[in-house]
Amino acid sequence: MGEMLDIAFISGLIGAMMRMATPIIFATLGEILAERSGVLNLGIEGIMLMGAMTGFLVTFTSGSVWLGVLAAAAVGMLLGLLMAFLAVNLGLSQHVSGLGITLFATGLAMYVYRLHFGSPTVPPIIQPFKQITLPILSKIPVIGPGLFTQYSLTYIAWLLIPAMSILLYKTQLGLKIRTVGENPVVADTVGVNVALTRTLCLVAGGALMGVGGAFLTLAHQNMFLIDVIGGRGWVAIAMVIFGNWDPVKGAVGALIFGFLDGLQLRLQGMGVAISFHVFLMIPYLLTIIALISVSRRAAVPAGLLKAYRREEKGG
Amino acid sequence: MIRFRIVKRKPVPSWAKVVIPVAAIMVTLILSAIPILFAGGNLWKSYYYLFYGALGTRFNLLETFVKASPLLMTGLAVAFAFRAKFWNIGAEGQLLAGAMTATALGVSMGGVPKALVLPTIIVAGFLAGGIWASIPAILKTKLRVDDVVSTLLLNYVMIHLMGALLFGPLQQPESSWPRSSAIIEAACYPVLLVRSRFHMGILISLASVLAIWFINKKTTFGYQSKAVGVNIRAARFGGINTTAVILWTALISGGLAGLAGVGELCAIQYRLIMDISPGYGYSGIVIAMLGNLHPVGVFFSSLFFSVIIVGAQTMSRMTGVPTYIAEVIQGMALMVMLIFLLFTEFKIRLVRK
Repeated sequence: MGEMLDIAFISGLIGAMMRMATPIIFATLGEILAERSGVLNLGIEGIMLMGAMTGFLVTFTSGSVWLGVLAAAAVGMLLGLLMAFLAVNLGLSQHVSGLGITLFATGLAMYVYRLHFGSPTVPPIIQPFKQITLPILSKIPVIGPGLFTQYSLTYIAWLLIPAMSILLYKTQLGLKIRTVGENPVVADTVGVNVALTRTLCLVAGGALMGVGGAFLTLAHQNMFLIDVIGGRGWVAIAMVIFGNWDPVKGAVGALIFGFLDGLQLRLQGMGVAISFHVFLMIPYLLTIIALISVSRRAAVPAGLLKAYRREEKGG
Repeated sequence: MIRFRIVKRKPVPSWAKVVIPVAAIMVTLILSAIPILFAGGNLWKSYYYLFYGALGTRFNLLETFVKASPLLMTGLAVAFAFRAKFWNIGAEGQLLAGAMTATALGVSMGGVPKALVLPTIIVAGFLAGGIWASIPAILKTKLRVDDVVSTLLLNYVMIHLMGALLFGPLQQPESSWPRSSAIIEAACYPVLLVRSRFHMGILISLASVLAIWFINKKTTFGYQSKAVGVNIRAARFGGINTTAVILWTALISGGLAGLAGVGELCAIQYRLIMDISPGYGYSGIVIAMLGNLHPVGVFFSSLFFSVIIVGAQTMSRMTGVPTYIAEVIQGMALMVMLIFLLFTEFKIRLVRK
């Protein structure tokens, strides 16, 4: 296994880790925002798939990847709004509303794709994002090339981590969001609009989920396949718990998942004599093990899963 | 000023339990016109072929029952778990566990007396699904791991486990495709009606409806399972061993999903392939909700979705609307049903201020 310690291998692995972590970071941040305001959004997997499909479709027709990203964000916002209507305005079960959105969005993504492209034998492709090499930083030995030769969306994801931390912990709005998530009754009493705050968080979170999905079809790959998300939305849900609803810790979890995903791809490429399905399984297994290790001390936002109706105050 | 106010309706009137799902189905069918029109399909022609494709001929009608069988099993599996608030989103993985077990036994039981083959496979398939479902139940009760997330993630573990087996020990010798050998004849479910695929698994799923109804209504365990779902703390104070109840609920729920997998393998495919299930486990969630978590309700809603899935094939052929319309309708149905359920529990009252 001398190859394992090869500098090119390590550099390649770091690069793959960063790439594979990107969609999870977007999705995890989007979900943290929603859950911090008190709404579990299980629509995440479907929203990511709609984002991936819409981003691909718009880029295919317009030729612009950035237009694709914008469209993915927009469709994520719309689905976030739908989730808000069901779970916030109507106060329906968050579990079932979210699963409903995932099923609906999954069906819709496949329907629209099939409608537009038919069933071609060779899947249509787009001109995807190009990697950008940052000057100076990429010259750092060993880690530099991997860390700083990335897609612009990856850099954006990394900037969003501190941004989300600042939003949640250092701003007035963040305080409102956390109060709504912890104790909606108190928030309402001090004049915070609970429904509006939750809706905004779901809409903004949906945009992040949509872009996370679009990364997979516009950068990681250049085509849309029906199983492109492959459970990454659920992994993001697990990462939120793993990271204790904190953006930085959640991103660390996403990075670990990215590392395993990247390692899995590398080992496959090296022709290690174990079925690639075993490797594909490992990230999910370890995510479950990670959940076991943190679940006992999980600091769930107290208002999570609870619909808030003014009339039922105290009930 | 006049304002709307949502007021709790108690008790839920019994007429609502029938009227609401039927109304939800009607509204869903009306809303389905949007994606059909979007696809440029002729509306009346589309609806006509949707129902003709599912019910129009003897063969199509029997096919609708064939398709309903796995949907009914996963729907019952989800409904039974949800009733106890065990959020089993893992019926898909449990179904695969059943199908894989049936394959392993079905290709290797050549020397066993014929009469023993199918009973062994059915019991083993049930247990495989049940044991796979009991993992998240143990994680939930002993380690407080969220069951929604663990059941979902375990689906992907199971899919890749199946992939590893289909490229490994279960792969058909000399095949380069991920598929198993065909199971032996004694392992196949008998076909009950000539010139159709109406098989024994359909009777098993109908029997399961009765069994779950019986457990729910007539047994102490059924009562305890519901009590855990209504209020787990009260159930515990009332002396119910909630951990054991959740575990048994998971075992039965997963077992039902496992039987769905056995049926697909032993009556439809006869060999394991990667796409043995087009998402029956996830459809089960919609079916359970539309059936109001009641076994009889689940029976009717599985028939409805079977009509949609089977009919969508004909509709697609005749009008060019993609078959994925069935998935879109399922998603819409769940959301419409949710909104309608609100009307069973609450009523909207106009309030003058």
